Amino acid sequence: MRPGLFEDILNLSAEHSVLVLIAMAFALAIGIPVGIVLTRRASWRGWVLGFANVMQTIPSLALFGFLIPIPLIGGIGKRTAIIALVLYALLPILRNTLAGILGVDQAVRESAIAMGMTARQLLWQVELPLAAPIILAGVRVATVTTIGTATIAAAIGGGGLGVFIFRGIASVDSTEILAGAVPAALLALLSDGGLSWIEKRFSPA
Amino acid sequence: MAAVEFRNVCFRIGGNLILDNLSFRIEAGETLVLLGRSGSGKTTALKMVNGLLFPSSGEVLVEGRPTTACNVIQLRRGIGYVIQEVGLFPHFTIGQNVGLVPRLEGWPEEKIAARIKDLLQQVGLDPAKFENRRPRELSGGQRQRVGVARALAADPRLLLFDEPFGALDPITRCELQDQFLDLRNTLHKTSIFVTHDVREALRLGTRIALLDHGKLEILATPEEFLRSEAPETRAFCEVLELGPRMNAP
Repeated sequence: MRPGLFEDILNLSAEHSVLVLIAMAFALAIGIPVGIVLTRRASWRGWVLGFANVMQTIPSLALFGFLIPIPLIGGIGKRTAIIALVLYALLPILRNTLAGILGVDQAVRESAIAMGMTARQLLWQVELPLAAPIILAGVRVATVTTIGTATIAAAIGGGGLGVFIFRGIASVDSTEILAGAVPAALLALLSDGGLSWIEKRFSPA
Repeated sequence: MAAVEFRNVCFRIGGNLILDNLSFRIEAGETLVLLGRSGSGKTTALKMVNGLLFPSSGEVLVEGRPTTACNVIQLRRGIGYVIQEVGLFPHFTIGQNVGLVPRLEGWPEEKIAARIKDLLQQVGLDPAKFENRRPRELSGGQRQRVGVARALAADPRLLLFDEPFGALDPITRCELQDQFLDLRNTLHKTSIFVTHDVREALRLGTRIALLDHGKLEILATPEEFLRSEAPETRAFCEVLELGPRMNAP
């Protein structure tokens, strides 16, 4: 093992985590509100979900590449990488928010409205708490895939654990590849476990 | 002034006329049963009263005011609503479910707590035993008792029942009907009760309105109802005459 490898692993893991955290923060900030709006606007669902679906089908390496020439959001570096990651994370969050809220028992929704709840009270006191486990499941899926996908950020200068992997591939050095892949897998397992704990802790009823 | 008045109410969905020029009055303190087959428009008519639906033409007046002119949130909080599926919030305790409307109305906490205990007692559930349970831990009949308590919570002037006992076994249904009559005798609230069960209609209603394809066929007291010669009314009365089939040849 080369000297300084352990330190590199820590630094790049931290960089990787920051990439993922920022991307997830944006994906949540966009995905959940848009998902809520879609529950109220059936006619928009096809378009928005279609867009998110298409984003998901673009191979990740290609998506990172596509973004580079786009002015303002493109270029090389972390910003472009984060935008690509957000586009990837959007679909599971959006879809599960929509499915979670639409899945609330119709009788529960009707009685909430008939009791005189305002639209806001219905959302915060009934729909979101009851949809929370499904929304959280979407967040889990999005987080785990984002941690994996973020390794590709290194291809466009975004840093993170992918730096090891690309370097390892270039120099045919499996130690380097493992130095990227193993911490990435551990991060994914760790966040999945953490989120599943939150899911259980806050599930209603 | 009538508690509720329908004036030439029509309701259309697409090309279908669900309610066809419905006009009638419900006086304070009475229990009006809306009777009819599935699809006769009785639930639709009921939902017009608390502004879950609005007429395509004509108007529904609650205490003299058209529902379209009311603040619909305030209107609904003043009207109790009980449905067959009950619709308790699964993530709330029984106590929280019962105290929902008082809490929305901003009652002080100690008043809500006292009200919850009082109401659970009124519907025959021991508060100490049930208040902190979740809806899924209760039987269907117990859940519907909670549904009734929730509807009564903010002391509404008007109660709406949409086939509330339809999903219960016959014995539990009978118990809940008894309780409905008890509550009516103590609370004297105006009620509108939707059912397709003619026995239930005769037992609970002070008057019965029979709907057939969105039209009002008859609006009569139970005695008049039984004597009526109107065709749909006869059809319902004939159901009563069917006895149990024993030792059939």
